[in-house]
Amino acid sequence: MSAAAPSSPPADVILDVRNLVTTFDTDAGTLTAVDGVSLQVRRGRTLGVVGESGCGKSVTALSIMRLLPQPMGRIRAGQIIFEGEDIAAIPIEAMRRIRGGKIGMIFQEPMTALNPVHSIGRQLSEVFLLHRNRDRSEALRLSVEMLTKVGIPSPEIRVSEYPHQLSGGMRQRVVIAMALACSPSLVIADEPTTALDVTIQAQILDLMRALQRDLGMAIVLITHDLGVIAEMCDDVVVMYGGRVAESGPVDRIFRSPSHPYTRGLLQSIPRLSTPRKSRLSVIEGMVPGLADLPPGCRFQNRCPHRIDACASQPTLGVVSSGHEVACHRWRDLPVAAEVRS
Amino acid sequence: MSAPLLEVRDLQMHFPVKEGVFQRARKVCRAVDGVSFALRPGETIGLVGESGCGKSTLGKCIVRLHRPTAGTIRFDGLDLAPLSASQLKPHRRHLQMIFQDPVESLNSRHTVGDILAEPFLIHGLGDAAWRRRKVLDLLGKVGLPASAADRYPFEFSGGQRQRIGIARAIALEPRLVICDEPVSALDVSIQSQVLNLLLDLQREMGLSYLFIAHNLAVVKHVSDRVAIMYLGRIVEFAEADDAYRDARHPYTRALISAIPEPSPHRARERIVLAGDVPSPINPPGGCPFHTRCPHATERCRVEAPALREVPGRPDHTVACHYDLV
Ligand SMILES: Nc1ncnc2c1ncn2[C@@H]1O[C@H](COP(=O)(O)OP(=O)(O)OP(=O)(O)O)[C@@H](O)[C@H]1O
Ligand SMILES: Nc1ncnc2c1ncn2[C@@H]1O[C@H](COP(=O)(O)OP(=O)(O)OP(=O)(O)O)[C@@H](O)[C@H]1O
Ligand SMILES: [Mg+2]
Ligand SMILES: [Mg+2]
Repeated sequence: MSAAAPSSPPADVILDVRNLVTTFDTDAGTLTAVDGVSLQVRRGRTLGVVGESGCGKSVTALSIMRLLPQPMGRIRAGQIIFEGEDIAAIPIEAMRRIRGGKIGMIFQEPMTALNPVHSIGRQLSEVFLLHRNRDRSEALRLSVEMLTKVGIPSPEIRVSEYPHQLSGGMRQRVVIAMALACSPSLVIADEPTTALDVTIQAQILDLMRALQRDLGMAIVLITHDLGVIAEMCDDVVVMYGGRVAESGPVDRIFRSPSHPYTRGLLQSIPRLSTPRKSRLSVIEGMVPGLADLPPGCRFQNRCPHRIDACASQPTLGVVSSGHEVACHRWRDLPVAAEVRS
Repeated sequence: MSAPLLEVRDLQMHFPVKEGVFQRARKVCRAVDGVSFALRPGETIGLVGESGCGKSTLGKCIVRLHRPTAGTIRFDGLDLAPLSASQLKPHRRHLQMIFQDPVESLNSRHTVGDILAEPFLIHGLGDAAWRRRKVLDLLGKVGLPASAADRYPFEFSGGQRQRIGIARAIALEPRLVICDEPVSALDVSIQSQVLNLLLDLQREMGLSYLFIAHNLAVVKHVSDRVAIMYLGRIVEFAEADDAYRDARHPYTRALISAIPEPSPHRARERIVLAGDVPSPINPPGGCPFHTRCPHATERCRVEAPALREVPGRPDHTVACHYDLV
């Protein structure tokens, strides 16, 4: 992520977000929800974005998709380079063709992506009609094929059903079918399994993995569940207060977390291996709102390693190739005792 | 072994389901369908299972927010199930419930001080000055500053609101607290704070908990024993470590294997269950799990298995016809 070479990212990078700044105009003034976020997604790989409620995960996704609520939400700075083109700068009509075409989307609540008054078949066909210029009967045939691919039983019957007739897990499969209909090269999935039960979550994650293997799309997977990240992702971006705290390959982030926030998170979650009823380690304090974020390092008021220098914004330190951390003190911290596995 | 604090027997909560234009209740939703267990003083029983399996309904029956359609709820020897609201009143203080959503369960027009003083008022305890002292005491216990008393719930974060909910629940020094997904709505970094608080209060006050959650790692952490529910019934019940290390029910095994573990590339075999949880309005006959069970046989389709002891393990019961290896 060297800012020095803004021209061409490595060839295997399909999405390169550079210093994205997104703000909202509110009654209380302008709030900066995303404050200089950079991330890279490799072709055919999965990048996880993790962080607590309000840290800017969804706003980052909406910025990439150019779906920020209007007129309050605005991209103020940065580039979003998708397959070599800065899609933050293209006309919105051009972006519409990319959405649902080369970039697919999956959201937390499948009902927000589905229209309750149209049949499943009609909504899926729509995608083929819009992006692929197919005729109706061909679009319907492709829809049935797509439903088969995502593991919907009796797809010929399901195409004529309506969203409310399906279970939550089935609806999410339909949304995945819609997102993948046009063989996108990138899928952005914002908490795709958070609303689902664990056994259904396991089905959906399995499905996404299998489809990625077959179709080769890259995935941006947004979640607050570190378990989902560990199981699904190649690379991770840990966000805190609208910024990237740490990023890198998934095993390095889990094995040798370098940001005190990442360490705190990994240590505070109870695991099946944690001794029962023992005290969990905690991150003190609470997640501040956007208006209350401290200047400088966002995490300083909860950080056990705070020093005066933390009042200024840390630059990215390179822990190892591809593993970067935004902390003044990462070099001074004791080597993370291999976080319990 | 001490006498149980709570003994639930054959508990059933069937809700009438209205359907059709005439809104006649024709079908029933078998939310809780024959649950039995006993909870010992000072113990935490964890209750896990997927959405709609009846966890909250079971909890609400025990604190008698619902009147169960059948079965008994013996609390300290007395059956609460048939009691009227006025008969229940003297017992309510011993049984409290904490809810998932601290926002919804707190009346936002009252200050935190008023909210916490209310249980004392209802039970006619103390004068205003005494209640004020108790309120400050409670705030201290749950780690909130005294100044919180004069503020309103909406001025607090989710984790702080959950602390307020906990403070209210423990105000009358109950013996049993039903914790219904108390940390599910909280951020990861706040969850561990609240879990620690619940564990501390248990030690200090000798509380017993029925701890409901769908996060198995969380449940295992706080529980002494764990009950796994499926479609209104308990399918397995065991000491917490055993429930995970030595699960006997195919559903328990699938549930455990479905938890995404926060350690990358840990090789393991995942059991992915096919299909969805059936509706409690029209539950399958025989074993309720047979429609998704990888081991189901003809017998499972017709005969419902009763909870039985796992051979050689008196504190481990399972509702499955077979002894899986
Ligand atoms: N339309 C809006 N107007 C004003 N502020 C907004 C708007 N949408 C989001 N925000 C703010 O932007 C910040 C980032 O929100 P975002 O939805 O990206 O969080 P998130 O990381 O996705 O959280 P969660 O895990 O809860 O989904 C939050 O503080 C939120 O309050
Ligand atoms: N008051 C009610 N009237 C009718 N049906 C109800 C009522 N309360 C719950 N149910 C039904 O009873 C079943 C069990 O619901 P319950 O809320 O107990 O599940 P749960 O295990 O707590 O689920 P979750 O994990 O989603 O909280 C569900 O099918 C639900 O729709
Ligand atoms: Mg979000
Ligand atoms: Mg519930």
